[in-house]
Amino acid sequence: MSPVLRPRRRSGGSGSRPRWLRSPKVAAGSLILLFFVLLAVFGPMAAPHSPEWQASTLDNVPHPPSSQFWLGTDVQQHDLFSQLLAGGRDTLLIAFVGGLVATALSVVVGVSAGFLGGKADEVLSILTNIFLALPGLLILMVVMKMMPDGDTGNPLLIGAVIALSAWAWGARVLRAQTLALRNQDYVDSARVVGEGRVRIILFEILPNLLPILASSFIFTVIYGIGAYASLAWLGLINPTNASWGTMLNTAQQFSATTSGTWWWYGPPALCIAFVGIALALLNFGIDEIVNPRMRSTRRGLRSKGPRFQLGLTPVVRAEEGTRP
Amino acid sequence: MTDIADTVNVERVVHGPDRPGTPALEARNLTKHFKVHGGLGRGAGVVHAVEDISLALPRGTVTAVVGESGSGKSTLARMLTQLISPTSGELLLDGEPVRGDAKSRRAYTSRVHLVLQDPFSSLNSVHTVRYHLERPLKLHAGRRLGREELERRVLDLLERVSLTPADNYIDKYPHELSGGQRQRVAIARGLAVEPEVLLADEPVSMLDVSIRLGVLNLLDELREREQLAILYVTHDIASARYLADSIVVMYAGEIVESGDAVRITDAPAHPYTQLLLSAAPDPERAEPPVLRGRGAPPSLVSPPSGCRFHPRCPFAMPVCAEQAPPTLQAPDAESARHVAACWLLDPEHTPTTSAEPDVPQTRHMPSPQRHEDPTDPA
Repeated sequence: MSPVLRPRRRSGGSGSRPRWLRSPKVAAGSLILLFFVLLAVFGPMAAPHSPEWQASTLDNVPHPPSSQFWLGTDVQQHDLFSQLLAGGRDTLLIAFVGGLVATALSVVVGVSAGFLGGKADEVLSILTNIFLALPGLLILMVVMKMMPDGDTGNPLLIGAVIALSAWAWGARVLRAQTLALRNQDYVDSARVVGEGRVRIILFEILPNLLPILASSFIFTVIYGIGAYASLAWLGLINPTNASWGTMLNTAQQFSATTSGTWWWYGPPALCIAFVGIALALLNFGIDEIVNPRMRSTRRGLRSKGPRFQLGLTPVVRAEEGTRP
Repeated sequence: MTDIADTVNVERVVHGPDRPGTPALEARNLTKHFKVHGGLGRGAGVVHAVEDISLALPRGTVTAVVGESGSGKSTLARMLTQLISPTSGELLLDGEPVRGDAKSRRAYTSRVHLVLQDPFSSLNSVHTVRYHLERPLKLHAGRRLGREELERRVLDLLERVSLTPADNYIDKYPHELSGGQRQRVAIARGLAVEPEVLLADEPVSMLDVSIRLGVLNLLDELREREQLAILYVTHDIASARYLADSIVVMYAGEIVESGDAVRITDAPAHPYTQLLLSAAPDPERAEPPVLRGRGAPPSLVSPPSGCRFHPRCPFAMPVCAEQAPPTLQAPDAESARHVAACWLLDPEHTPTTSAEPDVPQTRHMPSPQRHEDPTDPA
């Protein structure tokens, strides 16, 4: 038998992983994100000093970057490089927790509303719309103000609070998409086969929502980074917590922007921006990662030459009377 | 007028092939009305999708449901699978009334299966062929199946629908298959359920002509070999004659004629069936077809009074607009199972028209008079 007829197994993602990385955008995004994730994990350990460490208590002139302090010092002679390294962990953790919680909330609310319909849909839709109408940052500020100081340092708690102001858009989009998918023939077919409701939601509808879900997760993470930085910048986060946002907050308190100490506010702002960019780049590749059709389209487009085409051309099969 | 209703069939007419014994699936007086919510300034209405249909599907038979788009064929098929619940009427599976609780529903799904029309949307694009066929096996096996046994059974199913070599197809995604191949997978999924009743909602209408016959023959084989009761929903009356034992003709949510497939296609009693047949392509016909009646199906929100077909019927009489016709035995029927709902079959009304089924009627306006036609033997 010719090699054409050899069954093509697709086991897991062993062969698919490098494929989606071929897109330069996705590759760049993944690399940058990987860098920042490593920074978040190992940064605090690698930092030469602790964030609270002061080079001197007498000097109150910020020093520009030097061989001793790579990113210079601030007014209180903190080592800014150490602070930058230490500051990523909370920021990323809070953003990802926020993204996860918000996405989970939006799936639960949006998919249930779309799939169940009727009264349940009405109640959940009203809830969604209320949260949409509320100004997110304002709510965050009110909630944070009410919290005792110690709790504003708890990244999981802050992430959850941020999620509270971020889930509604996702829920709305997912509800609309679920409504469209609910009456698809394959959902009816699953019902006819005897699948239960939960199974249909989890295995028939949810996989088809993955592209939307993934990109809404990414955008919520970006929002989370922004929201946390804003809260910190506004001084609502306990400033003893080292994070890029609190660095910006202190820089702003000492009017670093007007005094020309760019090494103070520049690096943390750039870090925030780069994480956002990385996530946005990654968003380009989402479809190719989760959608099997896109996966093979890309593969088909990418592979030049007849060798691979042979496997796809059902010339041999046509003899069996199954014309494509 | 009441006397007419009394003289005719007061008994409930059950359509479908006439076989002794309890039919595998029987529908009694199924009715489905969909509520439509009117937009701004429009009141809510009711779509009379299916009206009072009684149908029996005995084992080892194929019943074809024929009708235009919007005649309620698919609604009927979906009611029979419990995808939508009827407004009134009941289902009997093997003579037992079907209940609606979750457990009986699950049991029902292992005995009645529906193959949908569009193979491009009836398979979930995120799952492989293997997944689609494993699920019903796991759900209805009644015991845990080992990995090897599952694989063996899936391969066996693929071979039964002639997707060979099965190894080639088992790990494919739907988008890697052609329409005909997908429909075979959909049918294989139906076989995995091992149902007693197979409902096929226009299973070949989306397929290339070259593979239609293959699918029809597959259904035929299932009837013969596995003694399935098959409901074949179609708008193609020619394929219905090819495959079916019995044909049920639907118009605007009602059954207008039913009976033996050959008899219905050879000697249709209802003007609508005649219209359908005159519209069917026939390679031996030299001249362009003369359609017996024109127009589109009526609105189902406010169906026409009396006989729903009367606005389009070339033989319409005054009584047709006033009263719904009873279901009457066709004149030439040897068995009681060729019936049509038409006033023309009522002896009290036939004299007022001179409709002869074999005369092409070129006028499409409802007219009680005979049209001057040179081929007319009278």
